[in-house]
Amino acid sequence: MEKSLNWREFVITRLIKAAGYSAILFVLLIFIFLLREGLPTFGEVSLDSLFSVRWYPIEEHFGILPLITGSLIVTIGAALIAVPFGIGTAIFISEIAPRWVREILKPLVELLGGLPSVVLGFLGILVLSPFLRVFLDLPTGLTAFTGSLLLGGIAVPTVVSVAEDALDAVPRAYREGAWALGATQWQTIWRVTLPAARSGVLTAVMLGIGRAIGETMTVMMVTGNAPVLALKLGSLFSPVRTMTATIAAEMGEVANGSTHYHVLFFIGMVLFLISLGVNIAASSVVFRAKKRAERILS
Amino acid sequence: MPRLMKHIFPLNRHLIQRLGFAGLTVMAFLTVLPIVAVVIYIIVQGAPAISLEFLSDFPRGGMREGGILPAIIGTIYLTIGTAVFSVPLGIAAAIYLSEYAADTPLTRTIRIAIINLAGIPSVVYGLFGLGLFVLFLRFGTSILAASLTLSIMTLPVIISTAEEALRSVPQAFRTVSISLGATRWQTIRRIVLKEALPGIITGVILGLERAAGETAPILFTGAAFFLPRLPHSPFDATMALPYHLFVISTQVPEMPIKIQYGTALVLLVFVLAMNVTATFIRSRARAKRQW
Repeated sequence: MEKSLNWREFVITRLIKAAGYSAILFVLLIFIFLLREGLPTFGEVSLDSLFSVRWYPIEEHFGILPLITGSLIVTIGAALIAVPFGIGTAIFISEIAPRWVREILKPLVELLGGLPSVVLGFLGILVLSPFLRVFLDLPTGLTAFTGSLLLGGIAVPTVVSVAEDALDAVPRAYREGAWALGATQWQTIWRVTLPAARSGVLTAVMLGIGRAIGETMTVMMVTGNAPVLALKLGSLFSPVRTMTATIAAEMGEVANGSTHYHVLFFIGMVLFLISLGVNIAASSVVFRAKKRAERILS
Repeated sequence: MPRLMKHIFPLNRHLIQRLGFAGLTVMAFLTVLPIVAVVIYIIVQGAPAISLEFLSDFPRGGMREGGILPAIIGTIYLTIGTAVFSVPLGIAAAIYLSEYAADTPLTRTIRIAIINLAGIPSVVYGLFGLGLFVLFLRFGTSILAASLTLSIMTLPVIISTAEEALRSVPQAFRTVSISLGATRWQTIRRIVLKEALPGIITGVILGLERAAGETAPILFTGAAFFLPRLPHSPFDATMALPYHLFVISTQVPEMPIKIQYGTALVLLVFVLAMNVTATFIRSRARAKRQW
């Protein structure tokens, strides 16, 4: 009895350990397979043409710059919406709203996080883009701006939940101290609570931006899919094409192992590295802040 | 000049507070309002399309008539397939992090890996699934390959929510159980897991909700444009609601608007039902909790 118990315990512990390590394995596997299929790009396309401004795969033009600028402009637009609204909503939920309002708002924001992006893209095509075309008097409603608006909505829940956690984690004593000194609630929020939660809020912003860069279906459906270099402010109101949308739109039609196929994997590799960078930066901000908090408390 | 402004607009700090609060309130409601509007709009527009035929029939006439049965069944298959892989693995990983792992560099690496998995764009998961499952392991474009791809994408959600639920079980419960002679695994299985179960289920449902609504990861790993029959085995490709909505709203010309909204509504209901269930389980568990 005793022995069989030990044996079972041993096996189960090992299995659990293996499951714990699996996350590292998966990240490595993803990276390895992106490299495996993406690196041949360098043998097939010269660096000059890879970083040129013409993406026209049928004629073997694989310039990824328009795709990068497309992703950038849509993401910047989304961030300009998601950051203020996300942080504002987080402050409202955590510091101002009465309990019952909070109990309604939080699940609703979570719900937005769970809405399939294809549903938002669908409404983007049918409702938002015709409206914007008429309202802004544009030749087409399928523009970077349309994408930014929807992406902003998609990134907001991430920003809200992470920023709200950070605000919640600020000890109540900080606020009480400020109130005792005669500060209003508003002054307390801006000069005490928000600065104390700074690193968490920064993390929220980064994760929100990461979410926006990686979003695929919505941008593919509403940004018009035109791989043109987007460098001017006016590009916001013309069609663009992002890196994610390019992969999603073209991967289904390429022959496995062709140059086009390798370049699409190469773009995936770039996206992977961007998200890796964003997430490592965001988590190291959290760790740093935690260490400082521990120092103060000890 | 500032003094003059002050004279004309007597902005004392209480007035600033009131204006500021009003501004934030407006912002919060502007954030939430579109969500409510989207849900209501799709319900109103989609409801007329819903009929028994729509839910139980195959698409006909180039998908412009008939129902969406294979897409509904396909999404159910994919969700179950995702659960089969991601739930045991995710919960086991959460148990490791919450109950076994010490704060070592290795554990921190695991945590960073989980954060990174959560941040990888969904279309990159699609590429990975294509490279590993479809081509390298030769599963083909199949339910199996798509489910495995979705599982890995869902894993970080399940791990982090399950870990949080496990950690919220008070340490005293473990101490008492161990002191009564239970082994570590007995303690985890009979005490910790039991107490954390509602939280874990909530996390699992939220993770699967994401998987059910995703399109990009299944684009090249298991989604079929149109199938005249239901899939027979895990090695068959399948139609799925999100992909079907994408197809009929962008790829099929002269698609009746009614069917598009109907499909969007079915997908929305599918996802909302999971979301509401998760929220309900969580709030009921919180109300019942005695510690």
